[in-house]
Amino acid sequence: MEQTNSEFKQDGAPTSQDWARQLHHATRASREDWFGRGISYLCIGVIILVVASMLWFITSKGMATFTQNHVNLWQFLSGTNWAPDQGHIGALPMIVGSFAVTFAAALVATPFAVGTAIFMTEIAPNKGRKFLQPVIELLVGIPSVVYGFIGLAVVVPFMRHLVGGSGFGIISATFVLFVMVLPTITTMTVDSLRSVPRFYKEASLALGATRWQTVSKVILRAATPGILTAIIFGMARAFGEALAVQMVIGNAAVMPKNLISPAATLTSQLTTGIGDTIDGTLPSNALWSLALILLLMSLFFNALVRLIAKRGQLSHER
Amino acid sequence: MNAKQKDVVATIAINVIVATVVGILFFLLAYILISGLPHVSWSFLTGTTDSFSGAGGIGVQLFNSFYLLILTMLISIPISLGAGIYLAEYAKDNWRTHLIRSAIEVLSSLPSVVVGLFGFLLFVVQFKIGFSVISGAIALTFFNLPLLTRNIEESLSAVPRNQREAGLSLGMSKWKTEIGIILPVALPGIVTGIVLSAGRVFGEAAALIYTAGQSAPVTNFADWNPMDAASPLNPLRPAETLAVHIWKVNTEGLASNAAQLSAAASAVLIIAVLLFNLGARVLGNYLYRRVTASK
Repeated sequence: MEQTNSEFKQDGAPTSQDWARQLHHATRASREDWFGRGISYLCIGVIILVVASMLWFITSKGMATFTQNHVNLWQFLSGTNWAPDQGHIGALPMIVGSFAVTFAAALVATPFAVGTAIFMTEIAPNKGRKFLQPVIELLVGIPSVVYGFIGLAVVVPFMRHLVGGSGFGIISATFVLFVMVLPTITTMTVDSLRSVPRFYKEASLALGATRWQTVSKVILRAATPGILTAIIFGMARAFGEALAVQMVIGNAAVMPKNLISPAATLTSQLTTGIGDTIDGTLPSNALWSLALILLLMSLFFNALVRLIAKRGQLSHER
Repeated sequence: MNAKQKDVVATIAINVIVATVVGILFFLLAYILISGLPHVSWSFLTGTTDSFSGAGGIGVQLFNSFYLLILTMLISIPISLGAGIYLAEYAKDNWRTHLIRSAIEVLSSLPSVVVGLFGFLLFVVQFKIGFSVISGAIALTFFNLPLLTRNIEESLSAVPRNQREAGLSLGMSKWKTEIGIILPVALPGIVTGIVLSAGRVFGEAAALIYTAGQSAPVTNFADWNPMDAASPLNPLRPAETLAVHIWKVNTEGLASNAAQLSAAASAVLIIAVLLFNLGARVLGNYLYRRVTASK
């Protein structure tokens, strides 16, 4: 404003041209707005660039096995012999390992998570908020290497004692992952149970249903899409977890014969292998292909969550 | 079994489940603190590591963890602040915004090992910077950006609309309204989110193994010139953090007392993360009281 005033003083009385100029000219506020808009667009642009280049780099690196080394995609996915130095790259052992620990961990964790969530929302909401909430948040905060270390120091010897063998294997990894995905599934289940409309519960109780009947027949049904989403988030976390699994699974890239023999997952193989390979060679490219599978699975879990969200909305509207 | 009996059985079962979950957490914490804390001493916290066996103190690793954390936050806070303001203020509800939100969601759901590998590919292989503090900090930024952005956006959107209208009706620009009015109100939520994400970053290892590296060269703590090779502030030196150290000692270490070492290091890590969590609560509450002038 001051600038425009001084402009007028120089020119004497404001003419209609001056007014026109002032009206057409950007004010300080709109210049500020352009500046702010520019900054925020720049920041969001950086994030988009990161995501795009991440997808592009890993995809192109992961495809090199098939385009440059001419490995058959089907052989890669179904082969059971992983010895990249000798040119054998069958990724099935790692794929099976990853899926086995993921499903097993989700299977074990879901009853615990749903039970805890019911306790926190329906049975003792006060205790749930004051005591269990911080407990769950604490579990989320523990770094994954610490879980791995405890797995190595407690779970592996325990399994060795219980079933023999080395103690390393899918079952130890399942135990560690179970504790790691438990808080994820619990928090999200709590959210979905809380979002069930209150009158569902009141209607059921008014009909004379017991608390368990209300919970199992009304609340859990209504919250099913949310609980499924929670489980998928947990599975995505289990599938992508690297170090904790790598420390307890034994890292043997062979088809897992049983739950207590050393095995490998996509992440554990990547963690142990990528530093020792030379960029551009087949062993390196093969590992990037494993990373590509990991990326695609993460996108798949993402898509699944969206699908469930859409369906859940539809069923509520009906 | 009739309905009432089922109800009793189910209630008991749920109580048992909850007791198990609480038991697991207490076992975890007790195990780490009881087996780790006795080995934590001043010389352990400040001592140097034997580069061959991995035995010895964790002074350099501890410094590296904090240094990386600070660098990561310096890079990621401004970017996610800008991106959060964009999403809360400028983004229209159209396909482009949907695409942007999906991209952020994808980034947040990527496993941290994939983020680390991308960092490795970009900085170590492509740019040939080698394992370095700066590579690690940028990889951690990638990992931190989506969560921080979402947190900032949510905190900003939670500010009542009439505060925006008040600012705009005074003739202030949208940007000035956002920075001068909305941001201070949203600050408690943002700070809580930042401190919580700091805890996550502090404990992260998978993204760092192949970006910040697995070696902690002994640095000269009297030399604070970032350009010197031996300076602890040099952003181009490899920097093994505490979390990476725990992993390394357990998987490749040759130290005879690996279990004790990692228990002690885990105890330090857990305490640091607990302090971050507690700090987030305390700081958030304090700022909330200051900003809203409520008791």
